[in-house]
Amino acid sequence: MIEAVGLTKRYGKTLAVDNLSFTVPTGRVTGFLGPNGAGKSTTMRMILGLDAPTGGSALIDGKHYRDLHQPLRTVGALLDAKWVHPNRSARAHLQWMAKSNKINPKRVDEVLDIVGLTSVANKRAGGFSLGMSQRLGIAAALLGDPQVLLFDEPVNGLDPEGILWIRKFMHRLAEEGRTVFVSSHLLSEMALTAQELVVIGRGKLISQTSTEDFVAQATENTVRVRSPHLSALRTALGRTGVSLRDEGDSLVVTGMDCAEIGELAASTGAVLHELSPQRGSLEEAFMQLTGDSVEYHAGLAETIDLVAAGK
Amino acid sequence: MTLLAVERIKLFTTRSPWWCLLTALTVTVGLAALITATAEADFPLTVEVTQFGRMFGLMVVMVMAALAITTEYRFSTIRSTFQAIPNRTAALLAKTLVVALLAMVIGELAAFGSFGIATLIQPEANLAISSAADWRLVAGTGLVYGLSAVLAVAVGVLLRQSAGAISVLMIWPLLVETLVPVIPRVGDDIAKWLPFTAVDQFLAGPTGNPPLSPWGSLAYFAGVCVVLLAAALVTANKRDA
Amino acid sequence: MTLLAVERIKLFTTRSPWWCTLIALGVTVGFAALMAGTAEADVPMTVSASQFGYGFGLVVVMVMAALAVTTEYRFSTIRATFQAIPNRSAALLAKTVVVALLAGVIGLLAAFGSWGVATMMTPDVDLAINTAFEWRAVAGVGLVYAIAAVVAVAVGILVRHSAGAISLLLIYTNLVENLVTLIPTVGPKIHQWLPFNLAHHFLTGNPDPTGRPDQFGPGLSDATVGPWPAVAIFAGFGLLMLLISLVVANRRDA
Ligand SMILES: Nc1ncnc2c1ncn2[C@@H]1O[C@H](COP(=O)(O)OP(=O)(O)OP(=O)(O)O)[C@@H](O)[C@H]1O
Ligand SMILES: [Mg+2]
Repeated sequence: MIEAVGLTKRYGKTLAVDNLSFTVPTGRVTGFLGPNGAGKSTTMRMILGLDAPTGGSALIDGKHYRDLHQPLRTVGALLDAKWVHPNRSARAHLQWMAKSNKINPKRVDEVLDIVGLTSVANKRAGGFSLGMSQRLGIAAALLGDPQVLLFDEPVNGLDPEGILWIRKFMHRLAEEGRTVFVSSHLLSEMALTAQELVVIGRGKLISQTSTEDFVAQATENTVRVRSPHLSALRTALGRTGVSLRDEGDSLVVTGMDCAEIGELAASTGAVLHELSPQRGSLEEAFMQLTGDSVEYHAGLAETIDLVAAGK
Repeated sequence: MTLLAVERIKLFTTRSPWWCLLTALTVTVGLAALITATAEADFPLTVEVTQFGRMFGLMVVMVMAALAITTEYRFSTIRSTFQAIPNRTAALLAKTLVVALLAMVIGELAAFGSFGIATLIQPEANLAISSAADWRLVAGTGLVYGLSAVLAVAVGVLLRQSAGAISVLMIWPLLVETLVPVIPRVGDDIAKWLPFTAVDQFLAGPTGNPPLSPWGSLAYFAGVCVVLLAAALVTANKRDA
Repeated sequence: MTLLAVERIKLFTTRSPWWCTLIALGVTVGFAALMAGTAEADVPMTVSASQFGYGFGLVVVMVMAALAVTTEYRFSTIRATFQAIPNRSAALLAKTVVVALLAGVIGLLAAFGSWGVATMMTPDVDLAINTAFEWRAVAGVGLVYAIAAVVAVAVGILVRHSAGAISLLLIYTNLVENLVTLIPTVGPKIHQWLPFNLAHHFLTGNPDPTGRPDQFGPGLSDATVGPWPAVAIFAGFGLLMLLISLVVANRRDA
């Protein structure tokens, strides 16, 4: 179990992580979600004792990372696949890590095999593709057969096959009863990978829920209604207590499905021109949640328009 | 001109040239201040003494010049550069020129700054830049810094990595050139033709029995720099970016 | 012991220590060969003359030692290291020990290699290592390289950038210490206590009573203490730097 209590990190003027408290339960894959610059990597570095928190603390099974005996046997982490000396071979990289925590050297070949790097084990890591580097990073994380695993954007740069592989892999790790904490800025990816979610924005906790609840809440169904008798319909719907929103010449109903609205319309005698269910996308929900806490508004839409216009 | 502007922007939008400029100036001028402040009767103040820190400034300038190119290799921005300007010779020449000009300015500021602070601290010493030798010593520093920057850029292009380039650029003038004269028989003859010995002959010479006049020595040094630069340009054009 | 083994693996699975070892041996032994090849009756070969090139190996070893740390910062493998070994002092001390040992071995190889080449090339000159001075001049190189490596590791930890650490080390050892002598009155007084001057004094100073033709060598040190106190101060300087760097490394973010 990982536990963050009032975790805070300040870099000069930037408050990267702001009084963040959450727990990562055992036996589940917990997603760590937030837009770019939200403070995910910083939080993970603090969990690993690499960066000293300005305030608060992060505990692993009740202990500070620094107090763990042979920490690689308790916590495995892939924070950045590029943390490898480019002139060192994949095997040598794992060998020194194994040695440092008195892990059986045979385990090196095992993890190389698990991630499928056996054939390039003696090649210099600097020549690896991004996908291969990620696999090497995962191999390093698995080296000590740890109970707690941290992954920072592990699917970054992976092809669809690789993404699927990681997803299944994490599920398996969790099923084995391990604690898996994985960050991403893509909700759609997390919805498929994680069972629990810790969502942050600008260093602050936005919510900690199960993915199911989060998705249900995010994809809450609405129905669009168009009718020449809109005002009558509005009165009838208003009495049922559902929430209504005007959108142009149509009405958007939340909290009632198409069948119920259709029946109500029939009983009111209202003619329907349109009755269509609307599904909010996960990404939209995520945007809404973190909207005011996104650090870098890219003005993406405008950029795309400009490019499309050939400017 | 566009290329020069490009390289100027590239140089001044990173921090290292500013750091190097600041370090070079504070150290040379600071040393001049220190030495003039402590000078006494049995250690008369001369124009030469005010230029005491010139070698230090030279090292800093060479580090800056080498870094200007090796960091491009390190961060692969050299690829963006060659993508934007496929004529590699032109791109690298523009960079060399900009770096050399900056080095020259640093040299002049350091030299005149050192001289200036010395006259301020000890006005009664009546320091003046009067003879041709004095002018060479002070104003010549800029020329030497500029040419050394060319040499450093060339070494940077050839070696492509900071650690190697800086090591070579420091070890050569500071160690190799001082140890060569130790070799019996041939040492002195070789030493006469070493590039940084020639620099000393230009700035502070002639001393001993140099093979070339002061200006000849500078021309010789310039020749070495240009040959190295040419070798660097040929190499850069031949190999993958 | 484990930590030492870890650092040994790390050091020898990259290329730079191999390169540095080769270069250090090449330049020192090469310079000794040059000295021996050009020696003549009025400039005879001596044991100490076979070691005139020790400065070349010294700078190469310091570059190697600094790089052993700065590349860890550059490639962020220092984070992987601290992740595996959260006790930063222990991890960094292990690295320092391994690098210093390698530097010491390089020093011994370079010194005895230089001496061996000189002996072979000038067989008619007696280059036997007999006196305490001669032992210091040759075997002492290993000690000096090892301590210099500690200084370089410490500077590497403090500065974290290869370019900065190397410039600082090379400019300091080869320029700053020499320039200090030029400061009027106080300069020489300070200079005789500067660390690399003391190291030079340990290797070349206090020659044996029979004297030697030191006029044909790099200048002698102006240090006034005995050779062993000199190297002790040099070692103390190295340890002090290391201590400072460990404190700093523990305080800041990896
Ligand atoms: N070492 C540092 N020094 C200064 N500022 C930092 C440092 N590390 C992170 N920051 C700042 O802290 C904030 C959070 O950064 P962090 O890398 O933790 O975000 P993230 O959630 O991992 O983002 P991404 O999804 O892009 O990886 C950013 O504003 C970043 O600029
Ligand atoms: Mg991140």
